[in-house]
Amino acid sequence: MTTDNQSTQVNEYEREPVPPKAHLGAGKFWGMYAGEHAAGTEFMIGPLFLAAGASIQDLIFGLLLGNILAVLTWRYLVTPIAIGKRLTLYYQLERIAGGSLTKCYNVVNGVLFCFLAGAMITVSASAVGVPFNIHYTVPEATFGFGAPSFTGLVVVVGVIIAVVAAAGYQAVARVANIAAPWMIAIFAACGVVSLVQMEATSFAALSEGKYWSDAIAFVQEKEGVQAFPFWQIVAFAWLCNGAMHFGMADLSIFRFARSASSGWAPSIGMFLGHYMGWICAALLLAAQIKLSQDHSANPGALAWGALGWTGIICVVIAGWTTANPTIYRAGLAFQGVMPTCSRKTMTLVAGAVATIAGAFPNLSAQLLGFVGTYGTILGPMGAVVFVDYYLMKKIGLRDDYAVRVGSSVNLAALVAWLLPVSIGLYLIFAKGIFAAYAVIPAWLACGVIYLALSKLTQKPVPA
Amino acid sequence: MKSLAKIISYLALAASLVPSLLYFTGTIDHDAVKWTALAGTIIWFISTPIWAGQCETADTSAN
Repeated sequence: MTTDNQSTQVNEYEREPVPPKAHLGAGKFWGMYAGEHAAGTEFMIGPLFLAAGASIQDLIFGLLLGNILAVLTWRYLVTPIAIGKRLTLYYQLERIAGGSLTKCYNVVNGVLFCFLAGAMITVSASAVGVPFNIHYTVPEATFGFGAPSFTGLVVVVGVIIAVVAAAGYQAVARVANIAAPWMIAIFAACGVVSLVQMEATSFAALSEGKYWSDAIAFVQEKEGVQAFPFWQIVAFAWLCNGAMHFGMADLSIFRFARSASSGWAPSIGMFLGHYMGWICAALLLAAQIKLSQDHSANPGALAWGALGWTGIICVVIAGWTTANPTIYRAGLAFQGVMPTCSRKTMTLVAGAVATIAGAFPNLSAQLLGFVGTYGTILGPMGAVVFVDYYLMKKIGLRDDYAVRVGSSVNLAALVAWLLPVSIGLYLIFAKGIFAAYAVIPAWLACGVIYLALSKLTQKPVPA
Repeated sequence: MKSLAKIISYLALAASLVPSLLYFTGTIDHDAVKWTALAGTIIWFISTPIWAGQCETADTSAN
């Protein structure tokens, strides 16, 4: 999935453009994206669509449109800049926004990674708990614990994942690469088995969709009427990876691309993972509701019901292979601001934060909102990169301003990032808007503000 | 050896998915799906490392 950043034998070109000899063919990217997006998060997110009241028609067509938009964003927003500069996002931001601001951004990224990893620890723990009859239940309070036995299990799973991540995650990356094709097959098998369990095996039954609407009705009877309409699904599918495309994090991946056509690679992840995987995972919940009138979105139990031990193994591996590199990256981000501490120590710190987050089941149950919030916080900085690459010189300003003036904080970038993000977070948490809706407005506002403030504040710099 | 392992892997992958399709058509029962998928899973993870190379994809760590 990724190279081990700890290896000193491999030049990662972290502070220089990737040279032609290191460019990779499109195949490497297709494989990577297939594995990255058919993973633990899919087992959690898929059922949440059904639980939130999405209709099967809206899901099928909304996810289709949203994933197409996501692919186009990767291809036409990220890839051209990645191939043009061939630098990591981190290094580009350092040059544009300043080293200190970039470190701050990276720490925020690291903290959010910890929460994401925490959700994946919960996912894995939910599967480990099934054979031991340890149940995953979501308490009312956001920061409420589940059953003591489940909390203990989360701690055990979290410690194991954190220790493995601290040891350097190359072994887990290899497991992830090997598991990826199998995992995609298991997702599909789960979906097919679920349809059979709901007796939806004829074209008439499939097109009528009663198996789905009955499940929605059951959930709404228990939890109250909710809706997750078409455009909300589109927005979610498009922007759940907002930090990666709008936020330009995947510059770090596509800087290795030999040609721009590699920018189509995310489509395999989107359509196998975020389309097929999400729908199949949602079908698992629909089947569970039909068979046992249980609407709890426990990934382990859902997979057990469809494929027994294979389902358990898949959920454990899916959660683990997502949590592991995420904790590793968070550790690197934290080490960036505390360079005297070892990577191992900071990875363990990240693992501890993730484990604590994972002990609150409600956090993973709110994954739909979390990923939108994640994109709202990190995505806008991508607009700074976009403006810097395409517009600064055109309007007579200097690109890479922070490095040209020797500044560690480009104030224009700081304000441009924080202002839309603050407003976005206010709208999400105080006004209750769906988090993914805030990503694009925050991105656009950040770009406009950065351009305007740069015009006002940039001092002349020798060419 | 690697070629043989590759063939075995693909058969194992098929064993993880195809039984569910046979279940869909009513050819086999649910228990058969579970056990065949488990066998396919075990064989996949034993055979695939023999031929699947090390990953050399792009680095995403620390942005």
